[in-house]
Formats: sequence, structure tokens, C-alpha cells
Amino acid sequence: MNRIAPSPAIDDLDRRIVKATQSGLPLVPRPYHALAETLGVTPEQIMDRMRRLLAKGIIRRIGAVPNHYRLGYTANGMSVWDVDDAAVAETGAAMGQLDFVSHCYHRPRQLPIWPYNLFAMVHGRSREEVEAKVKKIAALLGDREDGHDILYSTRILKKTGLRLVD
Amino acid sequence: MDTVDRRIVNALQGGFPISECPYEDAARDLGLTQGELIERLKRLCADGVLSRFGPLYDAEQLGGAVTLAALSVPGERFEAVADLVNAHPEIAHNYARDHALNMWFVIATETPERIRQVIEDIEAETSLTVYNMPKINEFYIGLNLAV
Repeated sequence: MNRIAPSPAIDDLDRRIVKATQSGLPLVPRPYHALAETLGVTPEQIMDRMRRLLAKGIIRRIGAVPNHYRLGYTANGMSVWDVDDAAVAETGAAMGQLDFVSHCYHRPRQLPIWPYNLFAMVHGRSREEVEAKVKKIAALLGDREDGHDILYSTRILKKTGLRLVD
Repeated sequence: MDTVDRRIVNALQGGFPISECPYEDAARDLGLTQGELIERLKRLCADGVLSRFGPLYDAEQLGGAVTLAALSVPGERFEAVADLVNAHPEIAHNYARDHALNMWFVIATETPERIRQVIEDIEAETSLTVYNMPKINEFYIGLNLAV
């Protein structure tokens, strides 16, 4: 396998910080100091770099990354919608406003197997709860949709999140 | 999970400070001591309630690429194909779903070109068609699960 060149968006120290923290921050009173010690730089460098990564959106957020299943959100439905391409932007924006939609993406159809072009993740504690929420989306869309489906995840096969590899 | 755990998970899905003693700062807002917060976070991670505690990186902003892809896997080959797909370190998540397209995975790579290669490798290894559905547009990413 070819070695992947480091991305120009981040330099070597950023990259080392990403690798050292992508599985989590040290759970010690001074985690950035602990990282600094591991990486052989000053705590100020670590904190400056992380503030910059946060400001640039490279770090989306810092905090708890919950496991939906263990929190009782066991009926996670990927609702998928066939929406007229001309109406996707407006429809997606409206769906994204709903507080129970966690992600909403416009994606390409894969005809004939897959007619859907708008994806909205809906989390619920039961399929009934997810279905009630999907009905709300359907009501919001009205005749702007030509069909929808809900795909439930029946099992997590892998969940590691982003991993930088050498 | 007790009510304190719930308060921690609800309050700390983002905004964790970058400061000398960030757990102490966060604990103060929650009415806890630093030691209590750290111990509870350790337990929530160990119990699997949290996948992890720390920064959530955006692969695209890192200069990489992300896509969602799906396979239609014959039932009897499902586990074997899952192993082949998951063996690629670029597979960030993989979910079984109840549809003709029954395996859905996120490919996150450090370069946009690498996505194509991973897809070709998976197709060669599995003899299945990978349906690639990269995002065209994103409308909202703000998951804040209330627990």
C-alpha cells in the first residue's frame, strides 16, 4: 500500500495532535499538558494548535461522543427521500431545521436500485417513535417528495470514527 | 446511568474547554468536582455509553474525503463480506440495514483520490458492486442527543 502524503491542511505537529487525540483526550486533570509531554512540545503549543483547529472547523467539537445504542436510541432510522432535484436545497434546509434530524445530506441517486437523493438520520427509542417523526417530515414535504423509505440499522458492524493511518 | 451521568452527557457534547485544567472548568459548571467528572467520564467510556471523549475531527477539513457507500450482500456471505470491508482502516463506520442494500459504510480517507482506490479494492475483494453516494450538499450537523 502506498504511503499517503500528509494533507496540506495540517502540518506535522497538527497531524501528531490529531493522531494522539482521535481516540480521545487523556482523562487526567491537565490533559493538554499530558499531550504536550507525550509529543515533546509545550502545553501552550498544544492548546494554540487545538484552538486553531477548532476555529478552522477541522475539530468540529470537543466533548462526549455518545453511543446512541447505549443511550437507549436503539431505533435509528436512516430516512431517505426521493425529492425533485430542483427542490432539494429548499427541502433539505427545511428538514435540517427539525430538532430530531441529526444529519441531512443531498446524495446522488443510484438508479435503478436506489431512487432516493435526500438522507435524514432520525433517532428514536423505538421504531414507532422514528415512524412518527418520519410522518412529520412527510407532512412538511407534502407533494415535494415522490417516495420515501426508512432503513433501520440492525447492527453496528464497525464504529471507529476517523483514523489517520500511516 | 444516573441523573448526574445524563447531565454530563447532555452538557458536554461540545464546548469542552481548551485550558490548563479543562475538567475542573467543566466540572464547576456542572456542580461537580474535577475528580468526580473524570471518574464518571472514565466509567461512561468503559461502559460504552460514550464512544470516546475528546475532539471530533472533520475528515474533509483535514484535507481528506468522506463518502457513504452501500453493498447488496447475499445473506450467506454477510459476515465474510463485513470482515473484508471492515479490514480497511478507512472504513469509519459500518452498519447492517434492512434493505436490499443491506450494508452501509462510511469511507474516510486522507486524500480524495484514495476513496476511489478503497472502493475498487472492496469491489475486487467481494466481487460486489459498491454504490458510492458522496454528499452533494449538507444541511445540518448538530446532533445533540437529549438523554
